[in-house]
Amino acid sequence: MGEFNQAFIYGCSAIGAGLAVIAGIGPGVGQGIAAGYGANAVGRNPGAKGDITSTMLLGQAVAETTGLYGLLIAMLLLFVKPFKI
Amino acid sequence: MLQEVLLAGDPAEKVDFMIHEVFSYQLFGQTVRITTSHVCLLIVVLTLIVFFIAGGQVFRHASEIPSGFQNFLEIIVEFLDGMVDKTMGKRGKGFRNYIGTIFIFILFSNISGLLGLRPPTADYGVTLPLGVVTFLLIHINEFKYNSVKAIWKDKCSPLPAWFPLWLPINLIGDFAVPVSLSLRLFANVLSGTVMMALVYGLLSKVAYAWPAVLHVYFDLFSGAIQTYVFCMLTMTYIKNAIGPDEVPVTKPKTEKEQDEAAEPEKEAA
Repeated sequence: MGEFNQAFIYGCSAIGAGLAVIAGIGPGVGQGIAAGYGANAVGRNPGAKGDITSTMLLGQAVAETTGLYGLLIAMLLLFVKPFKI
Repeated sequence: MLQEVLLAGDPAEKVDFMIHEVFSYQLFGQTVRITTSHVCLLIVVLTLIVFFIAGGQVFRHASEIPSGFQNFLEIIVEFLDGMVDKTMGKRGKGFRNYIGTIFIFILFSNISGLLGLRPPTADYGVTLPLGVVTFLLIHINEFKYNSVKAIWKDKCSPLPAWFPLWLPINLIGDFAVPVSLSLRLFANVLSGTVMMALVYGLLSKVAYAWPAVLHVYFDLFSGAIQTYVFCMLTMTYIKNAIGPDEVPVTKPKTEKEQDEAAEPEKEAA
């Protein structure tokens, strides 16, 4: 590995971390859709507000997982620094 | 020079959200490191023990008409029991203790960031065992309430039981449950910890009073939601593994019912 030095690898890791957190777009859209339908359902049936809210939160938390995986990859790249010469 | 006004010194030195070693000792040739996670975990557990002992003393001299601390405890217990009963139904009674305990433990761990501790749940070594316990509970209860044949059929589920092509995929799905459960809790709490460390580390010159708003979101709101989600998912998975409350009895229809069922068809014809 004569051509590449450590600084180059750290720079590429930082770019990779930035790319990894693009994964946050998906959960944002998904949670927004879930919240929208939740509001819709409460509008139709205000009596079931508690059940609707807990179901919505559960679905949103599951949808959030993929974004958190992206965050974890970014964290690993930035702070654990797995690629060393 | 906005940067010099806002940012404090070298960012890499100030931002600190890592787990640190407090001391280490040798045990059977292995180095055992006692870290800040252990210390924070110990503080949380001691707080809970004191809380539970105080609660036990209150309930030993419980009065018919609750007041003060007893009122507070009864609200907590009723909320937890109601949550388990509503989600798990008839067979959930045995899980009240476990779910209630992990709920209070995870909640206290998550909000311990308010007191300046590093939340113990921001350590994967704390959340993975919680996920593994859930995994074990799921499969112990699956084998307790279902026959082996039914479980085999379920594991081959989209295809017939004699053609287990789908078996590896279902098994991977089973093993993904504890990993995703624990990673969800870990990454949520870790993201809050990192954000607070960035605010306090980089903006330490202007971080007065207003980070309290962030604490409310990252520690209280996010922590409570993730606690609720972890417990709800644990209960849902266990309930799915147990199966329906009672096997619906399909009694043969009487002749009268068959006639009634047949009549509309005749009219339609």
